[in-house]
Amino acid sequence: MTVIDDRPTGVLGSRLLRREDPPLLTGEAKYTNDLHLPGALHLALVRSPYAHARIVSIDLTAALAAPGVIAAYTGADLTGLWAAPMPCAWPVTADMKNPAHYPVAVAKACYVGDAVAVVLATSDAAARDAIELVDVRYEPLEAVVGLEDALSDRVVIHDELGTNKSYRWDLKIEDHEGAIDQAFAAAAFTVNERYVQQRLLPMAMEPRAVAAVPQPFGGDITLYSSTQVPHILKVMTAITLGIPEHQLRVTTPSVGGGFGSKLNVYAEELLCVALARKHKLPVRWNEERGENAVATIHGRGQIQDMELAADADGRITAVRVRIIGDMGAYLQLVTPGIPILGAFLYAGVYDIPLYDFSCTSVFTTLTPTDAYRGAGRPEATYAIERAVDSLARQMGIDPMELRKRNFIQKEQFPYTAMTGLTYDSGDHVAAADMAAGLADYEGVRARQTAQNVPGATKLLGIGQASYFEMCGLAPSRVLASLNYSAGGWEAATVRVLPTNKIQVVTGTAPHGQGHETSWSMIVAEKMGVAPEDVDVLHSDTAIAPLGLDTYGSRSLPVGGVAIALACDKVIDKAKKIAAHQLEANEDDLEFAGGTFSVKGSPDRSMPLAAIAFEAFTAHNLPDGLEPNLEAQVTYDPPNFSWPFGTHLCTVEIDVETGQVQVLQYVAVDDCGNQVNPMIVEGQVHGGVIQGLAQALFEEAVHDTEGNLKNGSLAEYLVPAASDVPSITLGHTVTPSPTNQLGVKGIGEAGTIGAAPAVINAIVDALSGLGVTEIAMPASPHTVWKAIQAATQGASK
Amino acid sequence: MMASPIGGSRIRMPDTTKGIHVKISVTVNGTVHENDVEPRTLLVHYIREALALTGTNVGCDTSSCGACSVHLDGEAVKSCTVLAVQADGADITTIEGMATDGVMHPMQQAFMQNHGLQCGYCTPGMVMAATSLLKENPHPSEEEVRIGLEGNLCRCTGYHNIVKSVLACAAGE
Repeated sequence: MTVIDDRPTGVLGSRLLRREDPPLLTGEAKYTNDLHLPGALHLALVRSPYAHARIVSIDLTAALAAPGVIAAYTGADLTGLWAAPMPCAWPVTADMKNPAHYPVAVAKACYVGDAVAVVLATSDAAARDAIELVDVRYEPLEAVVGLEDALSDRVVIHDELGTNKSYRWDLKIEDHEGAIDQAFAAAAFTVNERYVQQRLLPMAMEPRAVAAVPQPFGGDITLYSSTQVPHILKVMTAITLGIPEHQLRVTTPSVGGGFGSKLNVYAEELLCVALARKHKLPVRWNEERGENAVATIHGRGQIQDMELAADADGRITAVRVRIIGDMGAYLQLVTPGIPILGAFLYAGVYDIPLYDFSCTSVFTTLTPTDAYRGAGRPEATYAIERAVDSLARQMGIDPMELRKRNFIQKEQFPYTAMTGLTYDSGDHVAAADMAAGLADYEGVRARQTAQNVPGATKLLGIGQASYFEMCGLAPSRVLASLNYSAGGWEAATVRVLPTNKIQVVTGTAPHGQGHETSWSMIVAEKMGVAPEDVDVLHSDTAIAPLGLDTYGSRSLPVGGVAIALACDKVIDKAKKIAAHQLEANEDDLEFAGGTFSVKGSPDRSMPLAAIAFEAFTAHNLPDGLEPNLEAQVTYDPPNFSWPFGTHLCTVEIDVETGQVQVLQYVAVDDCGNQVNPMIVEGQVHGGVIQGLAQALFEEAVHDTEGNLKNGSLAEYLVPAASDVPSITLGHTVTPSPTNQLGVKGIGEAGTIGAAPAVINAIVDALSGLGVTEIAMPASPHTVWKAIQAATQGASK
Repeated sequence: MMASPIGGSRIRMPDTTKGIHVKISVTVNGTVHENDVEPRTLLVHYIREALALTGTNVGCDTSSCGACSVHLDGEAVKSCTVLAVQADGADITTIEGMATDGVMHPMQQAFMQNHGLQCGYCTPGMVMAATSLLKENPHPSEEEVRIGLEGNLCRCTGYHNIVKSVLACAAGE
């Protein structure tokens, strides 16, 4: 293994190449759909072609007679298999409306793709051929697509609820209400804009896949799934199916990306387990891309009404936010919580005294929404960063200057915001200055003045987004205050084997993030061994029974810190053994480079390898000390982690075609100390392009009848290499004071900064024409129409 | 009944070949395989299911993502666009055939050295497409690499390090 160590101090911070790569590069790695399971039955689902329809009748006769078909079931046939409806773990308010949701619909289909019947056959082809033969009679009902239409209750989707409104959640700060009205009344400048967060398709490159394998005797069952959350899936499957949790093992082979879309408990997972138990045979399902577009959750889906009040100097005095959240047809695992994850971030990186947030969430007859990279936080950052640019335009000052006037200053950290949360550390001026330097901000502004003259056909613009991200989910007590049904801790076990090789067991569940490499580096640094001597075990509940999985940029600041703490516990125990063997006082021992030595007498020393063997033989341990060197830690973080940064995007727009060309993208991100800068950079690159894709390309388009019009990779514009720019990265390092590694999460940061930076750049380029708003995605047609509307308006 | 978008991208032809099997002979990674296949079997399914070579991944059903790219007679093709029967007599290389004697191909090494992969699902297809690209154009510019790989989608890397990997491989780094 090649190590390019650019830091003389040790393993942490080096660009260690990933141990995950060789199996992935050679085709050796197995994804769920690659598993060879002799005798498995293949599941295929009959999905509703209607967004909203009553199921009148289902005739399975022809399907059952088809070659290879073993069984077929309607939703009604399967009701006995469910002990509870599908889980929603985040009842954000006590009165939140949550319709019962089962893996196969019984009376009504509520979105295109809702399953209404299933077929089991001896091959995937046979199962998929047979679903074409299932005769379903529907009574179509009116679709509900628009959020304001949904709120009107013109058509109520779930009769038993009597309304389409799921909940209203307010973040109101005592005494702020009157003060906010006063602030708006007294403001020298106000902004009042509406932004739309279009629905997005997550489109992890590996579609979902599931296989449930029952053990022949005893009733145990193993669930293989392409999931980010094997531990949560185990608990929820046990509850939903009413099966003993200890008889269920969930394991994930290689997982081909998630981005939040595999942070869920899906109908197909529950169906495979239930039907494998029923048929006493393995049952598997692999998702086709067309299914993925409708049966895997969608992201975003919000209307945001954003208001700012500012004084004559541009100091922002109040923020008022009203959003409508699109839940889709049902509440999946954390659907209702997504807008709430953003609720605290609409003040962005600014020192704003007054805050008022309210979210009303509604059901529509579309695929349920849920977590998608950033989950609530990109939406919030987009709104505040767009609004700040709007304020700067109104005032006629440079948006970077306006931001600097409002930044929370370095000296103010830790900073307790009016929302009650404490931001751990930050230096927004440093990040903005570094970005400005990398992007040649002044130079671009000068070129812009020269280029954007009347009659110019190519217009230059530069857009900024500065962000704070609330990640590293999460302190369990804070989650409790938000009504989330689980904790936010993470578990780790560190075990020194007799030959001084180390096993680490983690509750994180990587799907591309390189945890095996990064966790081995943490242990190597702590224990004084080589990273190659550390094995990282994960993603199998039989091996790593405790854990809360990977989402919300939590793996390093929660899971990684848990590993460091477990190392500390192991070192403490090893020290007792070393003191005993060296006949020294524990307090006189120091541990460095994998060796304990007596302070001042370096010749009296004992390496960890020798201690590990002593701990294993247990021939000569201190009285009362248990054999073996192993420690387990469950770590509940005291705070979120708060990465931050500034992104600057430079664009050139062809006025005649509306085509946007990104000339340069600069991202300066601060995630505290970096375990492996190579992996950090990869996370930022990918995140930026996903955010840029929301800004320029992607939207799940539905017609008025609720049909997804672009549910394939031929029509939904996941960008290709030729569609996107290279990215210039910079990093400032402001360690988090809340954990011993000084680390913060980085998985979502790029996505959070990118969409507002890109759209701000476009509006900046076109502002001379009078354009003030560009909706996402900023397709050439959208941009061209905005230019036409502005210039025709001006010529009248 | 309105048109359904479910699987709408999959064109379901009436199955007029039911029960018919065709014998094919293909060389895959240097080994000759003879199998009976259904005429509708796609090359990717043949490789994955009949030959149990699961390194070639399926990421879509519209020939858009390129995850299933293999070399057919020396050129990169999306193996979901080729029927197994069309590959009769062909010489195919899959990702499993790229390493030699336990040493990864220079393109595989370049991807590792430059962090050109994260979840790895698109990676086999990327490596096959990229090696084919360099065969046609041994010293491409960044733009030529980006255009050359536009048939292969990646959701993790933002392409930055994939492009870097291919350029590094071309430069012999």
